[in-house]
Amino acid sequence: MNDLLQTAPATLPWENNPVLAVEHVFMRFGGLIAVNDLSFSVGRRDITALIGPNGAGKTTVFNCITGFYKPTQGMLRLQHASGATFLLERMADFRISAKARVARTFQNIRLFSGMTVLENLLVAQHNPLMLASGMTILGVLGLPGYRRAEHQAIERAKYWLERTGLTPRADDPAGDLPYGAQRRLEIARAMCTGPELLCLDEPAAGLNPRESAELNALLLGIRETEKTSILLIEHDMSVVMEISDHVIVLEYGTKIADGTPSEVRNDPRVIAAYLGVDDEEVEIVEENLDQIIEGAAT
Amino acid sequence: MEVFLQQLINGITLGSIYGLIAIGYTMVFGIIGMVNFSHGDVFMTSAFFALIFLLVLTTVFGMSSMILALIIVLVIAMVLTSLLSWAIERIAYRPLRGSFRLAPLISAIGMSIVLSNFVQVAQGPRNKPIPPIFSGGFEVMNSNNFAVTLSYKQMMIWIVTAVLLVAFWYIVQKTPLGRAQRACEQDRKMAALLGINVDRTISLTFVMGAALAAVAGTLYLSYYGVVNFSDGFVPGVKAFTAAVLGGIGSLPGAVIGGLLIGLIETFWSGYFSIDYKDVAAFSILAIVLIFMPQGLLGRPEVEKV
Amino acid sequence: MAAEDTASKHGPDIAAAVKDALLSGVVALALFGPLVGLRTEQNMRNELVIQGRWGLVAAIVAVIVIGRFLILTLVAPALAQHRNRAAARPEHPSALRQALGKWFAPASIAFLFLYPVLIVSLLGFQGSLKWVDNFGIQILIYVMLGWGLNIVVGLAGLLDLGYVAFYAVGAYSYALLSSHFGLSFWILLPMAGIFAALWGIMLGFPVLRLRGDYLAIVTLAFGEIIRLVLINWRELTNGSAGISSIPKVTLFGIRFDASPDGFAKMFELPLSSAYYKIFLYYLILLLALLTAFVTIRLRKLPVGRAWEALREDEIACRSLGINTTNTKLTAFALGALFAGFAGSFFAARQGFVSPESFTFMESAIIVAIVVLGGMGSMVGVALAAVAMIGGTELLRELAFLKAIFGDNFNPDQFRMLIFGLAMVGIMIWKPRGFVSSREPTIFLAEKKAISGSLVKEGHG
Repeated sequence: MNDLLQTAPATLPWENNPVLAVEHVFMRFGGLIAVNDLSFSVGRRDITALIGPNGAGKTTVFNCITGFYKPTQGMLRLQHASGATFLLERMADFRISAKARVARTFQNIRLFSGMTVLENLLVAQHNPLMLASGMTILGVLGLPGYRRAEHQAIERAKYWLERTGLTPRADDPAGDLPYGAQRRLEIARAMCTGPELLCLDEPAAGLNPRESAELNALLLGIRETEKTSILLIEHDMSVVMEISDHVIVLEYGTKIADGTPSEVRNDPRVIAAYLGVDDEEVEIVEENLDQIIEGAAT
Repeated sequence: MEVFLQQLINGITLGSIYGLIAIGYTMVFGIIGMVNFSHGDVFMTSAFFALIFLLVLTTVFGMSSMILALIIVLVIAMVLTSLLSWAIERIAYRPLRGSFRLAPLISAIGMSIVLSNFVQVAQGPRNKPIPPIFSGGFEVMNSNNFAVTLSYKQMMIWIVTAVLLVAFWYIVQKTPLGRAQRACEQDRKMAALLGINVDRTISLTFVMGAALAAVAGTLYLSYYGVVNFSDGFVPGVKAFTAAVLGGIGSLPGAVIGGLLIGLIETFWSGYFSIDYKDVAAFSILAIVLIFMPQGLLGRPEVEKV
Repeated sequence: MAAEDTASKHGPDIAAAVKDALLSGVVALALFGPLVGLRTEQNMRNELVIQGRWGLVAAIVAVIVIGRFLILTLVAPALAQHRNRAAARPEHPSALRQALGKWFAPASIAFLFLYPVLIVSLLGFQGSLKWVDNFGIQILIYVMLGWGLNIVVGLAGLLDLGYVAFYAVGAYSYALLSSHFGLSFWILLPMAGIFAALWGIMLGFPVLRLRGDYLAIVTLAFGEIIRLVLINWRELTNGSAGISSIPKVTLFGIRFDASPDGFAKMFELPLSSAYYKIFLYYLILLLALLTAFVTIRLRKLPVGRAWEALREDEIACRSLGINTTNTKLTAFALGALFAGFAGSFFAARQGFVSPESFTFMESAIIVAIVVLGGMGSMVGVALAAVAMIGGTELLRELAFLKAIFGDNFNPDQFRMLIFGLAMVGIMIWKPRGFVSSREPTIFLAEKKAISGSLVKEGHG
């Protein structure tokens, strides 16, 4: 990365000490090339948006970053503020979360629906709690070390419940929550792992304008207080344009634009690729109609 | 060489029977994603149907032409077994079709227990032998004082199996029913939206699998000459192994898997020992599932994240 | 079914019900006619002949026709009404039910401890034998096995159809080690358990990346392989003949026999084989309670929460940094550990082990008990074990039925048949099991039971 810094002309802000450097990543599924020679940097403590029409390969990129796919080629270098570096393309998915501290949310919410909101947030703190319970053995014997750690974990859960406005529903089953609350819970759960990089897959999908505004506030707040970098996939342009520092546009697996929101908004290639944007937004709302109606009714 | 040929002949025969049963497993799994645990005992029951009606024809009606008797018995067994399978699907599986996956599985295991114990209670626990149907065959080869024979019974099994498989392939590939089945396998909701009667298609799938199992049952009875209420479990598991080996959901896979399992079993018994032959079948199942869960002809499943 | 739908909406449709019932009658006749009506018997010359039993067939068909008619006209509309009323009510159970729920477990445990005392005072020492042994001990063994498998299937959502393999490993290692090395039960119990747990890890390693049904089949295959190896490896296991003369369990060295330093003489009690049985009863009760204690403790620890999260959504677990392979292995190993304990108890109690006790049927029964219990609930599993095992044992008691059906009638034959029917019936009635809600392991303000419709059953 240092070499690139020396040879590149004027360095863009996000290329200076980026938290994540995606370098020449390819993802092939048999004959289909889903991601084609993709390179970009995710600036430290930036809110970076990855946008593009459906099928552009955005979730595939996410899956490569978070370890659910192994990229066919290329490098994904993650660097903590402390300097620790991780090569994500070589790591197993759970290690990327545990060691490299990359957290994510999913396009089709993946909560533990049969567990309460509080339990969901405690599962997120599994690794430190396991350690404190002496790999369970000390825990079974009821030693105080574990109880202290559990108390701390509950405090952290309560903090995130407060930040996401979910405290009154802490003891409710996650599956009972309205759609908007479920999305917030997923973010709270991801934050309970204490990540350096938070990857959000369509966090605003199916949210009404008020909820989108709340989401913006939440994400800006997280960036401010937690010093977490945020990378998000989004179709909702109000979210993208309002809070992002850096936007990357993909089409058919290739990067077609990379810059600030205003630069990207006026880029003719982006506009061309997005000619169908209205239909797609309608599609997303239609897909989530049931949950949105449920959310409005409760 | 002679032993090899004889085992080959025996293996293909046994494999045909397994293949016929395996098709039932693979079709049901393909269309509703369920392992029909009771299929092996449906096979055993069909053998009992064959036994009972063969006895009725020979002792009560005094029929002497074995070929005619077998044909009549085969048809009756197919009809009754199809009816049995249809009833089982209606009673034990259809009410449970939905999101809970474990419930149909337990229900199927329960049904398997019911079938084998019912037959035990109704017909008695002893082995049920029949008089030899017809014997003899012709010599394929004779050297080293070892005659490699292809018996008439074996030939009958080969021919019946081949004819039925062709007919079956035709139904699945060329008829509207077969198309409806393949549509339901791919996407049940969409098929329903397009006007396909999904319930009926699923029922018919069970019925077709059962009909083939009935053929297998009748052939099994005539080949081995004896049947017992406990004969459902082990052949059932081996046939399921065959379906998995060939690629669950793939019809040609089921047949190929059946032949392979039959061959492996006979060669193992011939060259090593009879003792561990069942262990061989189960071990193959485990190995295939661990290293190649999609089988030979299946498609690997990728979970969407 | 169409007739049922119309029935629930417009009141019973008699014509449709009659048609349906008659159709059922025809199907029943076609199926039961040959199987029941044409019984194959061996005559003097060992040939098979047909014996007609048309009276029995007529009775069966009549029962089915009338029964189906009644179901359609009376039962189904009543059930539909009941369900509609239940759906209108909110999910949360009443205060009374919650109070009952809290006291049920402690009350049951007290009852279990007092049970032998009760039986002895009612029937005396000799009379108590059957009730303590065939009922008490037998049911408790299955409760323990159910609780052990509950960790794997109920909590972690891994469908294991070969649990009996670990039971067998425990039993055979106890049998072999006690016969060859003469070690006491109390040393061998933990050894057998650890041995079984090691087997669990070894078996688990290659198979735990399989999903759902495939995992089920592979575990079934392994269960059968173990049984077949036990039958065929005669040098080690003595094949089908099994291993016998396994020494009994002693209480701190006190033997339960007629010798001068045996239990009876020491406490100056009349000789009776009941003392040993009662001792065994308390032993299995303690072992089962140990299983329950460990499970309840672990549910509140991170490892237990990880099991349940695994059942809900494995991919989400991995995205939170949980090594799900280890999680699965610990569930598997722990389940195997308790099966190993149960196996050594079984061997000590029987004095004899053979491969025939470790068939797939046993695995199926234990899985059925766990699924019938529902939601990974301890109480549910225990109730299911009592109902299924106790219920079928009770059938042996129905000797009076011989008076009705004649001397040839053996209710024992019907035990498994009724067991199978019960499995199918209970699944249709309650697909998620007896217990239909899950209790959370931790709460901030209020512990709310979670409806079963939200709890996933796991994909392995």
